[in-house]
Amino acid sequence: MGTMIKVGMADLNFCHEPDAITTLGLGSCVGVVLYDPVKKVAGLVHIMLPDSTKIKNNENKAKFADTGIEEMLGIIIREGATRARIKAKIAGGAQMFAFSTENDLLRVGTKNVEAVKAELLKLRIPIVAEDTGKNYGRTIEFYPETEELLVKAVGRAPYKI
Amino acid sequence: MTEQGFDSMNGMEFDFLKEIGNIGAGNATTALATMLKLKVEMQVPKVALLDFQELPEILGGAENPIAGILLTLRGEIEGMMMFVLEYSAARSMVNLLMGQEKPVEEPLDEIEASALQEVGNIITGAYLSALSNLTNLAMSPSVPYISVDMAGAILSVPAIEFGKIGDKALLIETEFGEKASSVNGYFILIPTLEAYNKILHSFGM
Repeated sequence: MGTMIKVGMADLNFCHEPDAITTLGLGSCVGVVLYDPVKKVAGLVHIMLPDSTKIKNNENKAKFADTGIEEMLGIIIREGATRARIKAKIAGGAQMFAFSTENDLLRVGTKNVEAVKAELLKLRIPIVAEDTGKNYGRTIEFYPETEELLVKAVGRAPYKI
Repeated sequence: MTEQGFDSMNGMEFDFLKEIGNIGAGNATTALATMLKLKVEMQVPKVALLDFQELPEILGGAENPIAGILLTLRGEIEGMMMFVLEYSAARSMVNLLMGQEKPVEEPLDEIEASALQEVGNIITGAYLSALSNLTNLAMSPSVPYISVDMAGAILSVPAIEFGKIGDKALLIETEFGEKASSVNGYFILIPTLEAYNKILHSFGM
């Protein structure tokens, strides 16, 4: 067993096999895993908001879908990943409160997922698995060795995607 | 007052928000005491400006189960108000309210969840009316929404809103309860940047 590397909110990091990488308690944020299945290197970025250009205070690249994924991509390529082989797995973007209002503010989970997908499409990185939306929080763990993303949620059996 | 977020808050602004927190939490405690028909004591609330990454740590870590009650605000002050407490504290509060002694680990049933939602509604309402009186700004809260889940997941909702203006969140911790069964609750006020500036302007800052 390797080490488990933790990624906080609006943060990113990478790991090589046999290590694994995790982020705890994803709610409306989206966890994006980028990995090279041959080199067994993976990066995980914990995205909080869709668009850095709409926010004044945007120095932290990991916080936003449009800057965080690109940053993560650069880092895993530096760590030995081959651009053409990189794939993505994504999880999170839940709606934690069952709002019935039209209030736009509250659809942030959905907006994060949409922005992440748009960015991955733009970068031509295929999404091979996803577990997004719904109304519960998730802890995710990615194992580069097996390419499995383990999802844990309260009151549910853990599952792999 | 410059048009900036919490990150650049000065000492006077912080004290002012702390005072709102004190009075709001005091009102909320009175409301709770009336509801529970108990003598509820309140410690002086602690007010903290935290990096949002630290928010879940206050509530036992990102994976610890907590209950969150959220209201959205409209009117002269727009934003969100959240009341959060550890799941075990929510369970004891519900037990107190319903005069029962269910074990801590038992999940809330529908009636219990709506009882807790109502508690959240009353105490956030008391808090907000203090805020409204102090600032002379009107606001109307939505119905309360409740969620029980991992701390990180629930707190991602206010963290994202704070994240739009900076990297910090304003947290007011309140300890309620009798000595034997004290319950720690936290208020998180999440004004929009515009509303935040209005609140400070209302006190001539």
